[in-house]
Amino acid sequence: MNSYVITVGTFILIQAIAACGLNVIVGFAGQISLGHAAFVGIGAYSAAILSTRFGMTFWEALPCVIAISGSIGFLCGLPSIRVREDFLAITTIGVNFIVESVFLYVPFFGGALGIGGIPRIYFWGIRLKGASFFLLCLTFFILAFLLVWLFSKSWAGLGCISLREEETAASTVGISSVKYKLFAFILGTSLAGLSGALYAHAMRFISAEDFGFPASVMLLSIIVLGGMGTLWGPLVGAIILGFLPELFRPFAEYRLLMYALLLLCMIRYQPSGLLGENSLAKNVFGKLLQRRVS
Amino acid sequence: MTLFLEQLLNGLAMGSIYALITLGLALVYGILRILHVAHAGLYTVGAYVGLFFYSSSGSLLIALGSSMAVCALLGVCIERFVYFPLLKFPPFVPLIGSISILLIIEEVCRLIFGPHIHAFPASLPFPEVSLGSLSISSMLIGVYLITLVILFFLWFLVKKTSFGLAMRASSQDIEIAEANGINARRTIDLTFVIGSAVAAVAGVLVGIYYNQVYPTMGAVPAYKSLALIVVGGLGSIQGAVFASLLLGIAETLLIGYANIPLPRDAIAFIAMISVLMWKPTGLFSSRKGA
Repeated sequence: MNSYVITVGTFILIQAIAACGLNVIVGFAGQISLGHAAFVGIGAYSAAILSTRFGMTFWEALPCVIAISGSIGFLCGLPSIRVREDFLAITTIGVNFIVESVFLYVPFFGGALGIGGIPRIYFWGIRLKGASFFLLCLTFFILAFLLVWLFSKSWAGLGCISLREEETAASTVGISSVKYKLFAFILGTSLAGLSGALYAHAMRFISAEDFGFPASVMLLSIIVLGGMGTLWGPLVGAIILGFLPELFRPFAEYRLLMYALLLLCMIRYQPSGLLGENSLAKNVFGKLLQRRVS
Repeated sequence: MTLFLEQLLNGLAMGSIYALITLGLALVYGILRILHVAHAGLYTVGAYVGLFFYSSSGSLLIALGSSMAVCALLGVCIERFVYFPLLKFPPFVPLIGSISILLIIEEVCRLIFGPHIHAFPASLPFPEVSLGSLSISSMLIGVYLITLVILFFLWFLVKKTSFGLAMRASSQDIEIAEANGINARRTIDLTFVIGSAVAAVAGVLVGIYYNQVYPTMGAVPAYKSLALIVVGGLGSIQGAVFASLLLGIAETLLIGYANIPLPRDAIAFIAMISVLMWKPTGLFSSRKGA
């Protein structure tokens, strides 16, 4: 594999980790969030500040990073108890804009210049770059995937799914909507923080624009494309949306337009995603499999 | 004192423009319960079409009329081909569709007219008024008068005509309204025509006011107007207008007098989140819950 493919693959995995987090909030718990990039940004900025100003290694900083993004996620999850659906969508857009402008205008966060000089990650004295950094991201993605899989099988995950399907009915059988929704928010934003920390060490320079509202839309598109509430959806979506811009590179002028058109067609004709219920792929493959069995 | 009054008048003009953008959004949300982010895309299209016809014909009236017509048509197309078929899905599905339409509109405008800022060198044909030491430019007078006329027209339409009654009925329950002989599809179409035409007027006015038209001019208004309809109480027209005027004045005065570190665009969202925490249905909502 050449280094170009490795770099693209690394960023696809980093996106997929954040998308796994968003999938927990939107796909499993049914709480729309349009500000997920803000939490990736919070993770990236805390990792960058801890490593450049406090001299912490990536491994020392990682628990702090996850704790910071998880606890801010908890605070931002509080509105989800009070407001529903449309209001929550707008609130999370607002959170994204506020976080981005804090990064951009508060001198502590480097202001418009961003933060540079973020060191590479060392593992047992080996400096991780290129293929070894890709392996690190792959390991973290597998861990995130297993975590989401465990979550979907656990009591908390089942509680979240029941709340998504029918909140009133779920609460009459004693499912606490407050507890499970907040749990989903904490898990989802912690994964976003992890993704942000990896992003910061991969880019080694970060600025506020990387975590603006368009980045949140990109994350949401990933899980919409892959299929919300499915385990493999985030990875499939991240791979498709990660490689598409590379395919469209000859038509660089029209890249964003094609991307937006694809998103529109997808949401218009396959709103449950490539792997979701009633999707084209699932129906076709499902029929083939059934024929094979019978 | 004069400076303060001038700031207040500028803020009022800013608020009037916000109100024009937000009105269409409030109408659409009221009837379909869709967060119509692409509304700001229509406003961008309105500004470009207005500029195109103004520079080719030289008449502001032709520019305004054609831009309203194009936006109305585009608005109905968006409703017919994207929103209506997606109504049965959870609200974020049409929302994502709307965001992608906004992106498409921005990109198409960039590809056709180029990424740079175009000037809109028109002036509104209104007199300049001076009150003592305070002089109000023809631009401000124009913005106030046009906003006032549109507000009055919409108020009359919604409250006093049978179409307004059909619209209010459909916004409460489309199926029951249809069972009572209301043509809900036509009512929805007309709502989009009106909302989009108002967005076109707002686009042309903003283009003239700042003397600039560019592809991403809709990006910030798109989300700010969402915040405004939330603060005003989703779907409430009076609330949306009131919240817009308040925000326009607050932004101008806060930037002028208080030295706050945050950019003006964050104020709307901070205000929105505080309002939501205090009163989750917005300031003027009559309905309970969302």
